[in-house]
Amino acid sequence: MDLNFSPAELAFRDEVRAFLREQLPADIAQRIRNGLSIRADDYRRWQTILYRKGWGAPTWPKQFGGTGWSPVQLHIFDEESAAAGAPRTIPFGLKMVGPVIMAFGNPTQQQRWLPRIVSGEDWWCQGYSEPGAGSDLASLKTRAERQGDQYIVNGQKTWNTLGQYADWIFCLVRTDPNAPKQQQGISFLLIDMKTPGITVRPIITMEGAHEVNEVWLENVKVPVENRIGEENKGWTYAKFLLGHERTNIAGVGASKRELQRLKDIARQETKNGRPLIEDPLFAARIAQVEIDLMALEMTQLRVLSAEAQKRAPGPEASILKIKGTEVQQALSELMMYAVGPYALPFERGSREEGDLRSTAGPAYAAPLAATYCNYRKVSIYGGSNEIQRNIISQMILGL
Amino acid sequence: MDFNFTDEQQLLADTVRRFVREHYSFEARREILKSKEGWSRELWQQLAGLGLTALNVPEAHGGLGAGPVDTMLVMNALGEGLVLEPYLSAAVITPALLNSIGDEKAAADLLPAIAAGERIVIVAHQEPKTRGEVNHVATRAEKNGDGYVLDGHKSVVMHGGTADEFLVGARTSGKTGDRDGISVFRVAPGASGLKTKIYRTIDEQQAADLELTKVKVPATALVGAEGRAFPAIEAAYDLGLSAICGEAVGIMKAVNAATLEYTKNRKQFGQPIAKFQVLQHRMADMFLNAEQATSMSYLAALKCTGSDAAERRRALSAAKVAVGQAGRFVGQQAIQLHGGMGMTDELIVSHYFKRLTAIDLTFGDTDFHLQQFIATTAA
Repeated sequence: MDLNFSPAELAFRDEVRAFLREQLPADIAQRIRNGLSIRADDYRRWQTILYRKGWGAPTWPKQFGGTGWSPVQLHIFDEESAAAGAPRTIPFGLKMVGPVIMAFGNPTQQQRWLPRIVSGEDWWCQGYSEPGAGSDLASLKTRAERQGDQYIVNGQKTWNTLGQYADWIFCLVRTDPNAPKQQQGISFLLIDMKTPGITVRPIITMEGAHEVNEVWLENVKVPVENRIGEENKGWTYAKFLLGHERTNIAGVGASKRELQRLKDIARQETKNGRPLIEDPLFAARIAQVEIDLMALEMTQLRVLSAEAQKRAPGPEASILKIKGTEVQQALSELMMYAVGPYALPFERGSREEGDLRSTAGPAYAAPLAATYCNYRKVSIYGGSNEIQRNIISQMILGL
Repeated sequence: MDFNFTDEQQLLADTVRRFVREHYSFEARREILKSKEGWSRELWQQLAGLGLTALNVPEAHGGLGAGPVDTMLVMNALGEGLVLEPYLSAAVITPALLNSIGDEKAAADLLPAIAAGERIVIVAHQEPKTRGEVNHVATRAEKNGDGYVLDGHKSVVMHGGTADEFLVGARTSGKTGDRDGISVFRVAPGASGLKTKIYRTIDEQQAADLELTKVKVPATALVGAEGRAFPAIEAAYDLGLSAICGEAVGIMKAVNAATLEYTKNRKQFGQPIAKFQVLQHRMADMFLNAEQATSMSYLAALKCTGSDAAERRRALSAAKVAVGQAGRFVGQQAIQLHGGMGMTDELIVSHYFKRLTAIDLTFGDTDFHLQQFIATTAA
C-alpha cells in the first residue's frame, strides 16, 4: 500500500494545475467559489475549452475521443478541477449515455453521437423517472409502439435535469407491455428534443430554481436506428448506466472545496467576539464532517484502485453515493448555520442568476439557505439513499 | 400535576384552527405572498376580531391578559397554517416588552391600539453580531440636549418592513455585551436618518434591516428607565422563544401528517411505500421527535415567565435545542420521504421545511442554546 503519487502522476498533476491556471475562466471560478450555481452557457464554454485541450471526455477511452486516463489520473483531474473552481461536467452525455453508446451502440451510432458529446455540441438530458416510476424505475409506463421503421412514443418523464437546454434525451420506454416481468419489456431510445410532440415544462423547486422539468411525449416519432442495443433489453443498459452514474456521485473534490469555503466563512464570522472557527462546538462540527470526508476519500481511492485492476464498478459505489451526499448536505447545513440569521434574507434567483448579490448581511451569506434547500435533493436523486442501502443489503450482504 | 387545557384554552385553539382552515388554504397563502407586504391587513383585522391581537395585552389596557400557554396554543395553529401575519413579532413580543418595562405612559399609549389590531409595533433589537445574545447591543444612543441620537444597525427584524412604529434597543452606557446600559426608544419608520431595507426571507416571511445614522429622538421616546431595559427585552424574547417553539410543534405535526398521508398513497414496487419497514421506522422517529418537542414546548411555556432566572434560562434553552433538533430531523426526513415531490415549490411540505429551518435560526440556534444550557448547568 502506498498513498503517494508516482513521479509521472505528480507531473500530470502539475500539467492539470497549469492548464487550469491558464484556461479556467475567472468569472466561472468565482461563481463556483462563491457558491453560486453554474449557468448553461458557462458549462458549454468550459466544455469547449476542455475539448480544445483534448480533455473533452476525461473518463472515456482514447478510441472514442477520450483521454484514456487511469483512474488515478482521473482522480487527480477531478480533485484539481474542483479545487480550482471548475464546474463539474454535466453528466448526462459524458457519464451516462456516452458509456451506454460505447458499450452497446453499433459503430454507426457511436460515430453519430459520441464525438458531439466530447465537443460539447450536443447537450443531453435524461428520460428515466416518471411520475409513477421513481425508486421503482422498472414500472415505467412511457409507451413506444413500433410502426414500420419508427417508434411512436407517448408518455411523461419527470425530474429531467436541465432539459430546457438539451438537444437530445435518452429515454427508457416500454416496447412490450405484455412481457412476463416489467424489466423485460423496456427499450433504450435516443430522441432529438426538436422532434414534434415533445413539451418541456419547468418544475420549480423550493428555493425558486428551474433545474428540473417534466417532459411530455405525444406521438413522438423516433427512427428505429435511434434504439441502442436490442429491443426489450433496455433494462440491462439502464442498470449499466446507473452503475456509472454512482461512481461519480461522491464529489470528493467539490466537497473539499466546500469545506474550505466553510472554514473561510467561519473565520470571518464571530461568536462571543471571537472567530466562529475557534468556537469549540462549531469547530467540532467542522472536524466531524472533515473526518467523514477523509474517510470518504480513502474509500473512493480504494474503489478507484479496484477499478484500475479492471474490476467494473460494483455495489460499493452505493457507499460513495450515501456518504458523499451526507457530506455534501452536512457542509451546506454548516455553512448556513455559520452565518446565523443572515442566512435568512432571500432573493429568488440569488443563487442562479447574475452576480453575487446580497440582500442584507455579508455577500457570502446570500446563496447559503438556497443551497441548503437545494442540496436536500442529493439524497433523493440517482437512486435515493434508501435504495442505495437496499443495494448494499442485497448485493453485498446477500440479504 | 395537570396537562389538560382549560375549556377556554380549548376554545381558543379551536378558534385559531378554524381561522386557519377558513382563510389559510395553501392557495390562499400563495395569493397573500404575492402582495407587496407579504401578509394581509384584512386577515390581521380578522385575527383582531377574534381577540387574538389582544391576547398578550393586560385587561387594564383593553386586552385579555392571557398567559404563555394560550400563546403556545395560538402558535400551534398558526404554525399549521404557515400563517404570514406578524403575530409573533407584533402581538407576542411587543406586548411582552411593554408589559414588563414599567412605563405606564408608553403602555397606555401603545397597548390598546395593539390589542385592537390597529397598530403594528415591532421590536428592533437583533444586530448582525447578536447570535442569540440579547445583551449584545452595539447600537448607541447618545444624550443630545433634551433627547437622544441613535446610531447603529438592526438586522433581520421580523416584519420590519411594515411597522407603524419601532421599539429600538440601544445602548445609553456601557460596553457592547453589558446587560446594564440598554434602553428602548420609540422610533418612527419615517424618522430622518433611518434607512430600512425590506426583503423576504427563505421561508417567505418579510423582514428588514434598519440602519440608524444620527437618528434624533426626543426624551419622551425613551421607554422605561434609561439603561434598565435588559430584563424587559429578555422577558419579551423569552415569551417569543416559547411561542416560536409552539409554532414549530404545530408545523411538525402538520408535516408528519402530510408525510404519513403521502407515503400511504404513493405506490412503488406494487405497494404503498408506507409498507416499507425502513420508512415506518423513520416515521416513527419523526413522530417521537415531534412528541418530545411538544413536551419541551410545554416546559418552555410553563417556565418562560418563572421568577427563578437560572431555571428559566435552563428550560428555555433546553426547549430550543430539543425543538431545533426535532424540527431539523422532521423537516429533512419529510422532504426525503416525499422524494422529488418534496423538493418542489408546489407541495406545502417544502414550505414547512423552510419555516422550520428559519425557526432554528431565530432567537439563537440549536448550538447557541446548547452552549447556554451548558453554561447554566455549570453555574
